[in-house]
Amino acid sequence: MNGKAPMGGRNAGKTPTKNQVKDQKMTGADRIRVIRRLGGYMLRYKGLILVILLFMIASNLFSLIGPLLSGYAIDAIEPGIGKVDFDSVFLYCALMLLFYIASAVLSYFNATLMIKLSQSITRTMRREVFDHLTTLPVGYFDANQTGEIISHISYDIDTVNASLSNDLLQICTSVITIVGSLAMMISISPLLLLVFCITVPMSILFTRYKAKKVQPLFRRRSAMLGTLNGYAEEMLSGQKTIKAYHKEDVIVDRFDGHNKNAVDAYYEADYQGCMIGPSVNFINNLSLSLISMFGAMLYMFGKVTLGNVSTFIQYSRKFSGPINEMANIMAELQSACAAAERVFRLLDEAPEKPDDADAEVLTDVKGGVKLDHVRFGYTEEKVIIGDLSLDVAPGKMIAIVGPTGAGKTTIINLLMRFYDPQAGTISVDGHDICHVTRDSLRAAYTMVLQDTWLFHGTIFDNIAYGKEGATEEEVIAAAKAAKIHSFIETLPDGYNTVLTDDGTGISKGQKQLLTIARAMLADASMLILDEATSNVDSRTEIRIQEAMVRLMEGRTCFVIAHRLSTIKNADQILVINGGTVTETGTHEELMQKEDGVYRRLFRAQFEA
Amino acid sequence: MKYILKYIKPHLGRMSLGLFIKFIGTITDLLLPYIMAHIIDNVVPTKDVPLIVWWGVCMVLCSVVCMAGNVIANRMASAVARDAAQALRHDLFSRIMLLSCHQVDTFTIPSLESRLTTDTYNIHNMLGRMQRLGVRAPILLIGGILITAYMEPVLTLVMVAVLPFITVVVYKISAKGIPLYAQVQASVDSMVRVVRENIQGVRVIKALSKTDYERRRYAEVNDTLVQNETKAGVTMAASNPLMTVFLNAGLTAVIFVGAFRVNAGTSEPGKIMAFISYFTLISNAMLSITRMFVMYSKSIASANRIGEILDAPVDLEQLEAIKRQGEPYLVFDRVSFSYNGTKDNVKNISFTVGEGGTLGIIGATGSGKTTLLALLLRFYDVKSGSIRIGGRDIRSMDEGELREKFGTALQNDFIYEDTVAENIRIGRDIPMEELRRAAENAQALDFIDAFDDGFDHMLTTKGTNISGGQRQRLLISRALAGKPEILLLDDASSALDYKTDANLRRALREKCTETRATILVAQRISAVMHCDRILVIDEGEIIGAGTHEQLLESCEIYREIADSQLGGVVE
Repeated sequence: MNGKAPMGGRNAGKTPTKNQVKDQKMTGADRIRVIRRLGGYMLRYKGLILVILLFMIASNLFSLIGPLLSGYAIDAIEPGIGKVDFDSVFLYCALMLLFYIASAVLSYFNATLMIKLSQSITRTMRREVFDHLTTLPVGYFDANQTGEIISHISYDIDTVNASLSNDLLQICTSVITIVGSLAMMISISPLLLLVFCITVPMSILFTRYKAKKVQPLFRRRSAMLGTLNGYAEEMLSGQKTIKAYHKEDVIVDRFDGHNKNAVDAYYEADYQGCMIGPSVNFINNLSLSLISMFGAMLYMFGKVTLGNVSTFIQYSRKFSGPINEMANIMAELQSACAAAERVFRLLDEAPEKPDDADAEVLTDVKGGVKLDHVRFGYTEEKVIIGDLSLDVAPGKMIAIVGPTGAGKTTIINLLMRFYDPQAGTISVDGHDICHVTRDSLRAAYTMVLQDTWLFHGTIFDNIAYGKEGATEEEVIAAAKAAKIHSFIETLPDGYNTVLTDDGTGISKGQKQLLTIARAMLADASMLILDEATSNVDSRTEIRIQEAMVRLMEGRTCFVIAHRLSTIKNADQILVINGGTVTETGTHEELMQKEDGVYRRLFRAQFEA
Repeated sequence: MKYILKYIKPHLGRMSLGLFIKFIGTITDLLLPYIMAHIIDNVVPTKDVPLIVWWGVCMVLCSVVCMAGNVIANRMASAVARDAAQALRHDLFSRIMLLSCHQVDTFTIPSLESRLTTDTYNIHNMLGRMQRLGVRAPILLIGGILITAYMEPVLTLVMVAVLPFITVVVYKISAKGIPLYAQVQASVDSMVRVVRENIQGVRVIKALSKTDYERRRYAEVNDTLVQNETKAGVTMAASNPLMTVFLNAGLTAVIFVGAFRVNAGTSEPGKIMAFISYFTLISNAMLSITRMFVMYSKSIASANRIGEILDAPVDLEQLEAIKRQGEPYLVFDRVSFSYNGTKDNVKNISFTVGEGGTLGIIGATGSGKTTLLALLLRFYDVKSGSIRIGGRDIRSMDEGELREKFGTALQNDFIYEDTVAENIRIGRDIPMEELRRAAENAQALDFIDAFDDGFDHMLTTKGTNISGGQRQRLLISRALAGKPEILLLDDASSALDYKTDANLRRALREKCTETRATILVAQRISAVMHCDRILVIDEGEIIGAGTHEQLLESCEIYREIADSQLGGVVE
């Protein structure tokens, strides 16, 4: 009767992705550490757990009494025609009913409490993980895939939660049931108990053997399914291209290969797995057969009563149930441990270094920025910026030019303190940015990036995001300046249009204009534009030019752009390559250099 | 459900055999308590020990048959489920690949994806389990009732009287609980969305110091999720204790009524004991049936979602072939089109490209440039007007015939986890020399050869292990590799530095002479200024057409763009 696959009962309907399958192996010491830490979460709810335990013990004991009473009732019936002891039968039946009802009521309350407990723990864990995520440095998100992080906060925590609420409860119940029914059976007939000398070792050996054999198969099944899902996801995203090359049939053929692997792996796991239920049932039936046989003999020789045999059979079923479940529970606990470990690993990621205790708060920023012999690489070995020095007076515009991978965006990362330099200092208005609070430093900048970021919410909220309590007039003014107002007006819901993931009817360029509107609303003394208009076509760019100029006015600006035309007016142009500034000067100065990189880049636009 | 039936049909024979074996196995399961009652009521009074042992052995044999039957049947069921699921998934994927772009837009890609993964998985799971439990549970239920009725009709009535109560309880609770789980799923989705937004927008959030705000936003969705999960859980938690109470009440009633029957001499104690055993079997069967009911309703939802796709009509029809003589190679004839059927996204577009000609299209974001290419590739059908290649309306061509003419590199095009060579081939049968030639013309050969394993270098999904410029050059290689008749490049060189871009344009002009028409869509004037003819598109209409020089004269917008980009260098 047991259809649960050893991959976590509750999540069986969700299909795993590749990464959830890969690291399920852990050592014993790891496991103990993880369990201890999980225990920490449980301990926060000591009182609740105590009540649950009490309820559970009571409910299980009550239900254990049932078979005993039914045995007594049968003994009272046994004398046969006309001799049934009705008083006893009534009494025992009434008591049975009472105990069963009491047990059910208790187990209902217990289940509710258990849900409360596990939901409290999940809520706390999810919240801790999220809060921790918000403290992590940007580098963490650069290095880890979004899908993976999300699977920690949803799939993994769910697995842990399911295990905490189901498996732990089941283990406790099992222990009580095993001990209780064993005691009851001993009290009835130690002799009959010998039957279990045959069946219990059989069932333990069998489940252990099977678990060893089946588990890797189930892991493989998940892995294959993960690969299939990954392939499907990838190909769906490229459907237009595949259509354009009319190669649908080739892709379907390859899909078939993955599909076959997945269903085969499923079958192989099932082939072994579907033996478990019938085998367990067999061992139960064997117990029943042996108990019937020996029980009948003992009864014949007057060693036990008929009621005893009946009670014994009922207990034997209760007794073997948990033992048979053991393998499943162990497998679920293992995957829960692995999931918990992944969650803890995330919680253990070092957060952004906290601000110094005596960190200053930057106020009235004028916008003088100085870089002094800055060295930086995302890893120790690979230096991106070797030795960069720069002195920017307030209100100046600095353009950064260079090939892809030269470190242009890295400079922005350092200015905003998304990363800290390995050597050298950066200062704003003479304050070393390592000694001011991050919030005040970042508030001093307005940023428009190449990757437009909008969230699920109305257009209004997305623009107003940059400024606490922005009024409707301010938002509309910003949208007008970014030349996106008239587009928004054409939408049926105007500013209340909800932006969804698939970005219904909004192009990349329009999204970028929305982020520009957001930046226009946020009023800071320094401005960072990292390919801010890369998705906007030239014509729209011209139209928002005026607004951009106004945005840049009086602010210190750092501009990265591919289109050299947009940066011609910069006060200073830095050409960087291989981590150092190779050329610097104004447009005119750089164009003077006969063999300069900038001049070559600029000229290349017009070559044919 | 009809979809599932269709996929089961070919395996009907095998399935029936499996179910028959299962039937035998299950019947033996039912015999056990019967034999036990027989031993106690009939054999024990004879004091015949060997006979007891024989009957005992009989029970063990039955157990063995029961196990063997069930294992064999389960394995056969798995095989049927595997084959049906494989076929279903294949059909679904093929159908999805053939959906028109309009249909894909309507269904949305995430939804198609979940139908292909989660829904087919649910069906696979259901097919296996239904065969395993679907026979066993009803047989145990009906068989149990029959045998007990044969043994003791009155006690059976007492026992059966409880079953309707259980059914009602389970039905009521599931009817209440299942919609609650839909709510839970919706709140999971919004929680995941907040997390995703926070990961993707980490820089903006940190820059605007919105961390506290985001934490509050998350706390809200987290709390809603917890509330919904608790509500659903507490509702469903009532079903088990209630069922146990009813079952045990039935058990007590059996003993109680049994006492009267035994007293009156119409029954024996051994039978009551057997009843208790049957009761466990029957109640377990009831539990399985409820579980199947839940599983069934879940997979019905999945089956319907899959059915929607399989039933989606073929929405691009093929027209009669009529060939017009003596017109230019490629013709757009008064073409209009609208994505959503209300506002036209392109209006009344007419242009031609002669044999061997190049056409540049330039215009604002959202002006309809990419739409023109989508129409040419027949991702969508025009609303009015027609598009003709070599004098034939593209709607009269077979999809394969039409699309094999093209080499296309779209904006943000698709790179998948495979080798460089395979990404250029994209399933076509193209020899190595041709790949090298294409890569060379696309200015990609240098960086490909710089990989240790050259063309066998593995790329990651979306090509995240190469730079943007390398990606674009790879996509252009792909477009060139098939020696296409028509080359379509949609903003395909925007990430290239100007020098590489210039080299690329030279190669296209001098080396790719087999192309009969080239269409370049761009935002950079420098990418299109040397085309034979340039169209300037604005809000879906052509506002200027001609050569670079002509447009500088005649089209104000073109001149503006040229001024801003070329900075007055070209006069």
